[in-house]
Amino acid sequence: MDLFIKFLVAAVGAGTPLLFGTVGEIISEKVGHLNLGVEGMMSIGACAGFMVGYFTDSFLLALVASFVAAALSALIYAFLTVTLMANQNVTGLTLTIFGIGLSNFIGVYMLERSPNGTLKLPERITASMRSIHIPVLSDLPVVGELLFSYTPFVYLGVAVALLMGFYLFRTRTGLNVQAIGENPASADAAGIEVSRWKYINIVLGGGICGIGGAYCSMIINGGVWISDNVGGLGWISVALVIFAAWKPQMAILGSFVFGALRILKYYMPKSVIDLPVAFYDMLPFLITALVLILSSVHESRGVNIPANLGNNYFREER
Amino acid sequence: MSTQTGYMSREPLLRVVKRAEKPTRQIMLLRAEALVFALIAGGVFILLIGYNPFEIYGTILSGAFRSKMAVQATVKVMIPLLISSLGVTLAFKMKFWNIGAEGQIIAGAICASYFALYHSSWNHVLLVTVMFLAGIIGGGLWGLIPALFRVKWGTNETLFTLMLNYIALHVVNFLRDGPWKDPGSQGFPKIARFDKNAALDKLLGVQIGWVVALALAALILFYLRSTKHGYEISVVGESSDTARYAGMNVKKIVLRTMFLSGAVCGIAGMVQATGSDITLTNAVAGGVGFTAIIVAWLSRLNPVTIVIVSFLFSVLEKGSSVVQSSFGLSTDCADVLQAVILFFVLGCEFFIRYGFVVRKKGGAA
Repeated sequence: MDLFIKFLVAAVGAGTPLLFGTVGEIISEKVGHLNLGVEGMMSIGACAGFMVGYFTDSFLLALVASFVAAALSALIYAFLTVTLMANQNVTGLTLTIFGIGLSNFIGVYMLERSPNGTLKLPERITASMRSIHIPVLSDLPVVGELLFSYTPFVYLGVAVALLMGFYLFRTRTGLNVQAIGENPASADAAGIEVSRWKYINIVLGGGICGIGGAYCSMIINGGVWISDNVGGLGWISVALVIFAAWKPQMAILGSFVFGALRILKYYMPKSVIDLPVAFYDMLPFLITALVLILSSVHESRGVNIPANLGNNYFREER
Repeated sequence: MSTQTGYMSREPLLRVVKRAEKPTRQIMLLRAEALVFALIAGGVFILLIGYNPFEIYGTILSGAFRSKMAVQATVKVMIPLLISSLGVTLAFKMKFWNIGAEGQIIAGAICASYFALYHSSWNHVLLVTVMFLAGIIGGGLWGLIPALFRVKWGTNETLFTLMLNYIALHVVNFLRDGPWKDPGSQGFPKIARFDKNAALDKLLGVQIGWVVALALAALILFYLRSTKHGYEISVVGESSDTARYAGMNVKKIVLRTMFLSGAVCGIAGMVQATGSDITLTNAVAGGVGFTAIIVAWLSRLNPVTIVIVSFLFSVLEKGSSVVQSSFGLSTDCADVLQAVILFFVLGCEFFIRYGFVVRKKGGAA
């Protein structure tokens, strides 16, 4: 039982970067732009967050930096696909290659110039990222551990997901935004400023992905910089959007389930099931593939997909 | 942006209009301009981190050509990139988003490696032939899986091919840690080096894969331009409805083409494992499958251009490894530069098809 609670707690942590990536991508897909650059934007956020944290020793500044840097990289994508109407798939992929490359490049650059050949976040910032201890609540048995024992990232992630869910489904603006993803020509005719909201959502979504990246570089490896620290989580996030049926609230559940898959190998007792480590590492990708298949077989899920996802909007061709 | 003002009392300041496609010479010029702008953007970045861009670019060029060995190394880098770029081109022509070249390379390499590891005593020619076929079948089947689900249920191929990349990667890790682990490696998990008999031969100092790559380029050029299959692929790519009205069996074409696309990538994996690495590692694809997508797109899916672009990219890769050793800058700068070039070229495509019209003075609609 104790082990099981530890497992659940760890799953929430492992799912957090996915939560940011998924919510960010949902925001972008809602305006009809399938951004395959999540992995790259997360990498850029990872790099910016880590480096700013390393030099300023401020957790807050690190978060802001990861958001801003990734949002700027999303701006490249937005400019190319919204204004210049470039192919979304290719632009997104290029953004991924760009982001991973730039992040690793800067990482190596800093490593080569660091006095002892490693980059480790200073003690003060790692302390401020540690699990928040809330008096009384965190000390409750079971509940305290399950709900009140996490790093600030976890609470931020859940808050962002709920906030974005509210924005998309409970505000006029959000409903307008959804109309763009369904039918940009009608939205345009109804007086919605299509391009502006596309830009806003793509850039905002990119920034949210960036915070997920900061989690990868600052938490997962104990505050030590390593290359390729996002390691495919961005791609899982892109797929999780389908699992979450384009709903930010559902992304919370989806992320934690996939977080559980990621850490299963540390918690599955060998006496119960003894599988090679490579199989556990493969599991999130395997299950994602299965989800893809199942959601395409059951057309019902398809009703949630923005009808105009992947197509650019050229006003004079409507 | 300014084209989308909500209140349409007058014409916006800048308006996007569609134009007739420009003549080829002008298109080439636009692309060249995009390349120059990309290099300038890269140069500014190099300047910002405190280096002389001319020195760095110079080192990349000289690094790739400074000696016979350097040129051979450049060609060696080019082999898998060229082959897999040709592979994804087949799928892209059909507008099938095969992002899974990485996995198909690995699948081809795994199948070829089986024979290299366990049948190394066979006659050399027979063994190489079998490994080649194994690469084709491995990569082809790995490409066929997402195509099957695509035609049956419309499963999103972009994400599915992508997931298959990681699955293939972890299959290699599984083989490395368990069944294929080199017993002589003292606990360190790795797959044994192949027997000499299983390694590809060399021609002009470089593994024979470069001949395979060039032959494939010619073959695929012919296949796409001059065969019925090639014609079918481009019709499906333009519009699968049109293809259906014309009586084509779209499903069959998609399946066949994706098998071939994967098979060609599988050859890249086989050639890399048995010709360059002489073993199987989880870095056998090492991002080549992604770079191939950039190459194919930059070349506008033209096999001849792909040969040129993949060579230029290999110069960039090889040259940047020299930049790493002489300036302590990571080889990742090659990836960044390649991506920046594609950003600019993607941006310039717009000016081939569209143009801006500035509002006339007064501006009343």
